[in-house]
Amino acid sequence: MGSSNSYHTQSQMIALADCNNFYASCERVFNPKLKNKPVIVLSNNDGCIIARSNEAKALRIKMGEPAFKIKNIIEQNNIYVFSTNFALYGDMSNRVMSILGDIVPSLEIYSIDEAFMDFTGISNYLELASRIKERVTKSTGIPISIGVAKTKTLAKIANHIAKKYSTNNVFVMTKNKEILKILKKFPVSKLWGVGNSHSRMLNSYGVKTAYDFITLDESWVQKKMTIMGLKMLRELKGDTCFSIDLYPQRKKSICTSRTFATDINDIALLEESIANHATRCAEKLRKEKSCAKYIGVILNTNPFGKLGNYYNGFKSIMLETSTNDSIEIIKASNKLLKSIYKKGYNYKRSGVILGDIIPENQVQLNLFNNSKNYSRRKALFKRVDFINQTMGQDKVKLLAQGISKRWKLKQENLSPCYTTRWNELLKVYC
Amino acid sequence: MNVKTKKEKLIFYSIDNNNDNLKKIHIYEGGISAGFPSPAEDYLDIDLNLHKYLVKHPASTFFIIAKGHSMEKAGIGDEDLLVVDKSLEPKNNDIVIAAVNGEFTVKRYLNNNGKIFLKAETELNDYPDINITESIDFEIWGVVTHTIHNHR
Repeated sequence: MGSSNSYHTQSQMIALADCNNFYASCERVFNPKLKNKPVIVLSNNDGCIIARSNEAKALRIKMGEPAFKIKNIIEQNNIYVFSTNFALYGDMSNRVMSILGDIVPSLEIYSIDEAFMDFTGISNYLELASRIKERVTKSTGIPISIGVAKTKTLAKIANHIAKKYSTNNVFVMTKNKEILKILKKFPVSKLWGVGNSHSRMLNSYGVKTAYDFITLDESWVQKKMTIMGLKMLRELKGDTCFSIDLYPQRKKSICTSRTFATDINDIALLEESIANHATRCAEKLRKEKSCAKYIGVILNTNPFGKLGNYYNGFKSIMLETSTNDSIEIIKASNKLLKSIYKKGYNYKRSGVILGDIIPENQVQLNLFNNSKNYSRRKALFKRVDFINQTMGQDKVKLLAQGISKRWKLKQENLSPCYTTRWNELLKVYC
Repeated sequence: MNVKTKKEKLIFYSIDNNNDNLKKIHIYEGGISAGFPSPAEDYLDIDLNLHKYLVKHPASTFFIIAKGHSMEKAGIGDEDLLVVDKSLEPKNNDIVIAAVNGEFTVKRYLNNNGKIFLKAETELNDYPDINITESIDFEIWGVVTHTIHNHR
């Protein structure tokens, strides 16, 4: 390392830590029966496959496949099936990230199961990456892979190799010659940030591998794939374009939507579902101390339903004042719902989107707003959030959210919230 | 001489381990002194936090409920709450959570020069020692650091 073969010496070095089959691995931590067995996790409403253990991958089960389509394969192979348990996955993610952050303070949490770490100035990348991997796996039971390279885009590739081909799930990719060899075999479609349409476009020009891609003319790439494409190309050549972002921006928009377990045509039930989505969105806003000004409501019928019976409703408004008050957001959302609701349809899905999000302390109160009322409501929801965070979701809720559960999720194979609820802790016989 | 000009009480806020709510703690009561500092100022009075006492490594600590009677002599009763740290390396005589052939169990871990036994601790004779041989699928899941027993 640091030899003349390196792209540049003494420059940035990035490690990407990525949990292996994260959701399936979380289930495994608390259930030793699942060891070496195929495990899959289904999306909301037990619809599609969103996580697979290696054993499930070996059975050629595809990501995104609807579960009902492979019912036979599931039964024949005794595949263990789980509904999404976000309380559990979120907690396990926090544990993994906190350990990573303890060892490498400059950490960018990129997703629930991935984080970039700044390795610049470290003398032995392999040793540190291996140590981090061991520590995370030992402390949480979650297996991870770590790829180390000059740039984020290259670190993504290094991580891919660590996961697939390296025996200890750690791979350091710093030597020039080695990088070129890998890029020649790496399909362009698997590059970080290359979506389906770009990958089709590139393929049509004969660009099949990452190596083909870096030989392209820079201005052509920028014209075809915007500045992002150009940055990617430069990153693959070892020039830093994306640095570690220690302070990720506040979310630009927040969306909560759900597919119903059974179709719904009753507006009262739809109102309840919208009120619950609005509540979730408002909670997210308050959690990150933001307010939203834009509210949109979505209402869909089943796209696979009877022909001519399909309706896709959407409407949005800008509020006078940005808010994170559940009551305001529910009021506005239900007004929107009423304006897009059409009788006679069987609805499959509803959702609420909030946008135009700004920090709470930048909100300018509307002249007509009663500021005393504002601060009282703020205090109220602070209490409500506290109770719900400690005692469980919706322990205190608004009546608009309803008490019926008809619109609720189908979660037939939900595992206990082992780490976040007293009454669902793991029980071990002695 | 210790000349106190103005008695002031400062209030600090700390973040609770489990939620983001601010919790008032009084950690400074010495008053602002213009002369020598009060010798007691070094001994700041902080609320005792039982969670912090029991949980040394939050990221690797899990709470588990014990079921059954095989560890009663070790002080673990039915329905007791176990504080388990996954990051610790088990030492001889530790109480551990182990996965044996796909089942979790709580037992005393005995390592006699590489010969591993899992031992129950009870008056009852229903629980023979488990001799960990090659053919057994065995893994230490975590080390039990504390047992919380409810006396009522």
